[in-house]
Amino acid sequence: MNFSISLTINGAKRTLVFDDPRLTLLDLLREGLYLTGTKKGCDRGQCGACTVIVDGRRINSCLALAISQDGANVLTIEGVAQGDRLHPVQAAFLAHDGLQCGFCTPGQIMSAIGLIQEGQAGDDPERVREAMSGNLCRCGAYRGITEAVLEAQKALDPASRKEVA
Amino acid sequence: MKTFDYVKPATVRDAVTAASAPGAAYLAAGTNLLDLMKGNIVRPDRLVDISHLPGLDRIEDLPDGGVRIGALVRNADLAHDENFARRFPAVAEALLSGASAQLRNAATVGGNLLQRTRCAYFYDTASACNKRDPGAGCDARGGDNRLHAILGWSESCIATHPSDFCVPLVALDAVVEVEDKSGRREIPLEKFHRLPGDTPERENTLEPGEMIVAVRLPATAAAFAAHARYLKVRERISYAFAVVSAAVALRTDGDRIVEARLALGGIAAKPWRSREAEQILAGGRADSALFRRAAEAALAAAKPSGDNGFKIELARRIVLRTLNLAAAGTPKRMPALPASPFASVSGDAVHA
Repeated sequence: MNFSISLTINGAKRTLVFDDPRLTLLDLLREGLYLTGTKKGCDRGQCGACTVIVDGRRINSCLALAISQDGANVLTIEGVAQGDRLHPVQAAFLAHDGLQCGFCTPGQIMSAIGLIQEGQAGDDPERVREAMSGNLCRCGAYRGITEAVLEAQKALDPASRKEVA
Repeated sequence: MKTFDYVKPATVRDAVTAASAPGAAYLAAGTNLLDLMKGNIVRPDRLVDISHLPGLDRIEDLPDGGVRIGALVRNADLAHDENFARRFPAVAEALLSGASAQLRNAATVGGNLLQRTRCAYFYDTASACNKRDPGAGCDARGGDNRLHAILGWSESCIATHPSDFCVPLVALDAVVEVEDKSGRREIPLEKFHRLPGDTPERENTLEPGEMIVAVRLPATAAAFAAHARYLKVRERISYAFAVVSAAVALRTDGDRIVEARLALGGIAAKPWRSREAEQILAGGRADSALFRRAAEAALAAAKPSGDNGFKIELARRIVLRTLNLAAAGTPKRMPALPASPFASVSGDAVHA
């Protein structure tokens, strides 16, 4: 049996047909659309490497069935920069060495964009760390990540925060 | 993962009909179910996707002062609903102490009640587990069991219920609204989860095909808002299940406790309400002698199910600590580390 869903992915409307209901949103992005920026780490919702923003909310795409996302608006790491101009969160991660090997970075950045949009952390590093705890970094770049989130949040005034995601 | 038939009903009525077939399971966000399916721990033949059903994602204030939370309300939306968090702060704190921001953005109220234990032997299909495979035995009994149950366990099963959310809910007399083909009924949350006994595979009192449609808190639950806390010891600061947790809600008159609510998490197959402790607290003066008696009473029936005797004393101390925190008053702002014993709120002592 074939399943058909429509998704808006990084602003472009797509109709997607697949035959296996077990397909996750993560596998759809990576293997169906070759959007391999979103990473598969644990595939069990524990590491955050697969974080994308669906209808304005950051979620683990490995624990979302594609078939259940019909009609959703999905933002992935491929959709955050504007041409060669980095998203402020991307620029802040570079400026603060918020990465080493880079594998967790797309998930970290999508999570940070979601965090800033949620608007719960303010300028408190403790709240930022708590709100980023769903993203593991085995290189241990946590200090730079926290600094990057705080700086990016400052750079994005409240009015534009809603638009980043 | 085993494959399955996918059904997407348009109404609750269609959903309960589709889910009454043997082997069917409801899919909401799937944050626990998909994980279990990937590990072949749960192998449904049919998934009934209820995530798009209309009308189940609302938080409604009821005319009598209670609140009705739709089964599909996301954990994050409930915790950050200002009106809800102000009236039921311990529930909001418990929600924010659970999982990660990504999971809280997806996971639903109904799914939280139905999440499965995180017992490693339940998750490992090479291990014997009476819950996963009735009659197979329990490898947790002689295994790594320092995090297992200390109350209400049986020879068949020593697993714990992992929910934070359910702990303050059971303390506050929450009611679960469920529906099947014959209509709607209500189950007090305290009677919703079952202790293992000889049938650990039966974890709750839902009938086959029955669906959670809402959770309700009565108006009386809001009377504790000024003195309500949740505290959770974890093996890391954030994003971990409880080793032991406690919810305390007090209604006070000066330094007298008029009414108390107390429940524990991480220690039994259900959120564990202690009416014994509540009775000791009611009418007493809020001081450490009274709190110690309450903590003793709450754990009086506890016994180790393995290498976890430490959890009994830990639970007493967490009860005592949570009583002190609740007596000191609900913080004006959610702590930076919700429910953490390591949290410090500006101006407040870490050790209350």
